[in-house]
Amino acid sequence: MADTSPAPAERSTPVIAVRGATRHYGAVRAVDGVDLEVAPGELFGLIGHNGAGKSTLFKMMLGLIPASAGDIRIDGSPVTGSGFRAVRRKIGYLPENVVLYDNLTGLETLEFFARLKGAPASECGPALERVGLTSAARRRVREYSKGMRQRLGFAQALLGRPRILFLDEPTTGLDPEAIREFYVILRGLKADGVTMILTSHILAEIQERVDRLAIMAAGKIQAVGTVQDLREQMDLPLWFRVRLAHEDFHHVRAVLGGLPVLAIEAREDHVAVECQRESKMVVMQALASLGDKVLDLHVHEPSLEDVFFGFSD
Amino acid sequence: MEIRQIATLAGKEFWDRIRNRWVLAVALVFTVFALVIAYFGGAQQGTVGFRSIEFTIASLVSLVIYLVPLIALVLGFDAIVGERERGSLDLLLSMPITRFELLLGKYLGLAAALAFSTIAGFGLVAVVLSAQLDLVALMHFVGFMISSVLLGLAFLSLAVMVSVFAADRTRASGMAIALWFFFVLVFDLLLLGGLVVTGGKYGGDIFPYLLLLNPADVFRILNIFTLDDVRTLYGLATVFPRALAEPWLLGLVMAAWIAAPLGVAAWRFRK
Repeated sequence: MADTSPAPAERSTPVIAVRGATRHYGAVRAVDGVDLEVAPGELFGLIGHNGAGKSTLFKMMLGLIPASAGDIRIDGSPVTGSGFRAVRRKIGYLPENVVLYDNLTGLETLEFFARLKGAPASECGPALERVGLTSAARRRVREYSKGMRQRLGFAQALLGRPRILFLDEPTTGLDPEAIREFYVILRGLKADGVTMILTSHILAEIQERVDRLAIMAAGKIQAVGTVQDLREQMDLPLWFRVRLAHEDFHHVRAVLGGLPVLAIEAREDHVAVECQRESKMVVMQALASLGDKVLDLHVHEPSLEDVFFGFSD
Repeated sequence: MEIRQIATLAGKEFWDRIRNRWVLAVALVFTVFALVIAYFGGAQQGTVGFRSIEFTIASLVSLVIYLVPLIALVLGFDAIVGERERGSLDLLLSMPITRFELLLGKYLGLAAALAFSTIAGFGLVAVVLSAQLDLVALMHFVGFMISSVLLGLAFLSLAVMVSVFAADRTRASGMAIALWFFFVLVFDLLLLGGLVVTGGKYGGDIFPYLLLLNPADVFRILNIFTLDDVRTLYGLATVFPRALAEPWLLGLVMAAWIAAPLGVAAWRFRK
């Protein structure tokens, strides 16, 4: 599928390059011929229902599940093989429903992973502070809430100053305030040039926050691009919500008569006009010609959810 | 292979066992059992109190053969499958470590915990008995401790192998218990049964070698056949060739029992 966005992928080597990645489990193709490129510094979203193959693809990209076929390169190198250690030192990973060690304190947890990653122990304190867990640093993970565990898992992913972050359902268990703080941290990382790929099934949450996204269903990438690209690819109708000064429904109908409009409906306090994207300006001009008969006008673009369900059905 | 990574993984396993008092509990069990055996082991013969190091070791060998394999299997059976079932394995494997480093690190950490508690537990007994031991007796006892550690390491290796093969913790624990039954209870009975059924006509020659297929038997031979006084107490003395009863040879067999299951585990765990 052509990528119409001005993705930097075309100018520089992709940090994540997946070609024809396939993973069979017997006759089941959990991941089926996936091609994917993520450019340096990009914040990329991977969305799909549970069982769409997101987590399997993630684990393949991390080298945790070997691919049945295809080629996966992270920063130009294969994730498995002789150079894997150098590649993995550049990677931070937050697994879905991260499980840490209950018997360790938050600080000890980070110290353990920091040693494995070859990161200095002095990073642990600031990492905890970054996710707001400083006051719980010396409490055992056993006593942590789900949200705190998730934040500790995120702090772990940040150890060793990774250049590439894999975040699998990173905001599970976080309250809205923590989700907001989480994306503030992501923005900071993005400013530092960190490449990030995250999965989610909460579309509303990521649609305004990622640079590009891919919709995954039945083991395949169904569509990839910016939110706007996807809307255009799907060619879903948009609709106007028109509030009139008087109950003048028939007048509106007369004005719009003959125009390529899909539906006109009188609702409680407004009129809903549905049309294809290419008719948007024509309809808008016609509505503008109504002058002060129109009190208010809203254009409703199809939500990413509409796009998503369009692709995954 | 990076030693640093192995040491980090091993260190975590070891300190986990120190912190949850596993090491302390096992050491205490060894000390208490050993002291009871040393002082009351001869009660059936009408004597109470420490008799000789040979008698004590002979009694302790029976205790260790039951206890140490069980403790080692319980310690190691969920090393890998436990991480997998909890869901922490993927995160570990995403680190800059190899699967072999993870396996070896876990094994060495658990092995250190087991060895430490065995030496601490029996070492305390040696200290308590030291007034009654001469140098030779002390060397015997040290030999017994070392062989106990080796026995533990062999069964720990089997346990880690189980933890790689088993699909879940429940199955792993079942397999671990089955291994204990087989090596500690069933194996000798099978050999004996074989000898009885064939009327001793066949198998008599290979019998000693078959004993080497069981680390618990290797341990028994190691302790009993290297002690002259004790050897005569056991009927097996006539069966077992002297040439095989070399401590270094039996030590090698034990080392193979440690390396082989770990090797199989590493092979299975590589992908």
